[in-house]
Amino acid sequence: MEALFRNVRELVERAEKEEKLISEIMIEQEMLMTDRLREDIMIQMDRNLTVMEEAVEKGLKGVHSVSGLTGGDAVLLQKYRETGNTLSGDLLLDAVSKAVATNEVNAAMGTICATPTAGSAGVVPGTLFAVQNKLNPTREQMIRYLFTAGAFGFVVANNASISGAAGGCQAEVGSAAGMASAAIIEMAGGTPQQCSEAFAITMKNMLGLVCDPVAGLVEVPCVKRNAMGAANAVVAADMALAGVTSRIPCDEVIGAMFEIGQSMPSALRETAKGGLAATPTGKWLESKIFGGAVVGSGQ
Amino acid sequence: MKFKSVFDIIGPVMIGPSSSHTAGAARIGRVARDLFGRQPDWAKVHLYGSFAETYKGHSTDVAIIGGLLDYDTFDERIKTSFEEAKNAGMTFEFIPETGHVDHPNTARIVIGDKDSEMSMMGISIGGGKIEITELNGFPLRLSGNHPAILVVHEDRSGCIANVANCLYKYDINIGHMEVSRKERGHMALMVIEVDQNVDKEVMEDLRKLPNITQVTRIAD
Repeated sequence: MEALFRNVRELVERAEKEEKLISEIMIEQEMLMTDRLREDIMIQMDRNLTVMEEAVEKGLKGVHSVSGLTGGDAVLLQKYRETGNTLSGDLLLDAVSKAVATNEVNAAMGTICATPTAGSAGVVPGTLFAVQNKLNPTREQMIRYLFTAGAFGFVVANNASISGAAGGCQAEVGSAAGMASAAIIEMAGGTPQQCSEAFAITMKNMLGLVCDPVAGLVEVPCVKRNAMGAANAVVAADMALAGVTSRIPCDEVIGAMFEIGQSMPSALRETAKGGLAATPTGKWLESKIFGGAVVGSGQ
Repeated sequence: MKFKSVFDIIGPVMIGPSSSHTAGAARIGRVARDLFGRQPDWAKVHLYGSFAETYKGHSTDVAIIGGLLDYDTFDERIKTSFEEAKNAGMTFEFIPETGHVDHPNTARIVIGDKDSEMSMMGISIGGGKIEITELNGFPLRLSGNHPAILVVHEDRSGCIANVANCLYKYDINIGHMEVSRKERGHMALMVIEVDQNVDKEVMEDLRKLPNITQVTRIAD
């Protein structure tokens, strides 16, 4: 089955030509490629949205991982936000805290919806539930947010990678942030081209980000990278809405991400052998958590 | 195109912490169980690349056992799968390997019981999506996303035509098909991904065809 779009350029062109939203093109493609009814597809995405809501709710009550490395920061952030006296602003901190909430739940082996992966699951819902308070979308618009994000993720997954083991954190949180940024644009009433610009601007600022989880756990630095991925997405969306464009076209930025991932040493691709994982404290935490055993030494 | 559905990107709904190392691992385990056709008594799981380096932190081991127990990616019982396996009388062992493999997230699952044994290699390609790359020494590519039929047969002419005819009779459309063999004239394998689930009647008919050794199906 031929896809309706293979890259961002085709996606934007089709949306412009047919005067449709990016989310609509994604829904139509899903119907075409999986031979399913629109209603079924919408219901499934609605369910995913509910999972995201529940994860944020749970995280904002406070969760802690088994290792003790992460948890509780979402609560700190929300309390700080409620003081109304923050530097980076209410919406941004709301997005950050909700992204953190989701990833804290993930680290604690709670139920989440991967977007596009579990390690990067905080960015898309975090931004969605923060922007929601500002834009007051309908339930359908919230579901469409996920389809718009999905359309961009679909291109990245097929043309580059969304796996940290294959392409580093730029492929996970980088992709998630770009997806979120594009989805914010559509919800805010921006054009398909602005979605593409927002994705490109976001991804450009995530290029080169390595995957170096301490002790191999999806905790340090993953949770905080989701926080910054969300912040990056919101700021880039504002830039694109202001009319700022990317000099390097979106598809070429995605291509660059793929190339960088290919040339990244394996120590920096989810093997817990380099970067933060290899710092003295990273090593110490690893031995503390696994009782002196080196990860991967067998049972 | 490796990723065909938006739900490969926004999804799966899963128990954390890693889509590739936890959800993907659970799916690899579950496909192995599907192919074996029942719960195995024992499992030996060889882990490669990033799977070998970080499986404890990502609960890859717990997830694979969960899959072998037929749990879906969002099944809460994944967390306690080691205990569940013990209660179900299944023994298991994890062996981190240092050898080179093509994909960084690779697992070879060898499972069996008193009647038979099976070996399967799976890779987790990101976002919880997996591919099966080898079955009992046969190279293959199976996404696990569509219902599929696996036919082990003698390498004789007409086998493929007979199977295709039988599916045609039931109006089952073939989405993807691969044929492989180890040696000319010996055992061969057909992997057929189809658009709809295949019922028992079709399976029975396929088994009655000449030179067919074994027929297994994987439901969507």
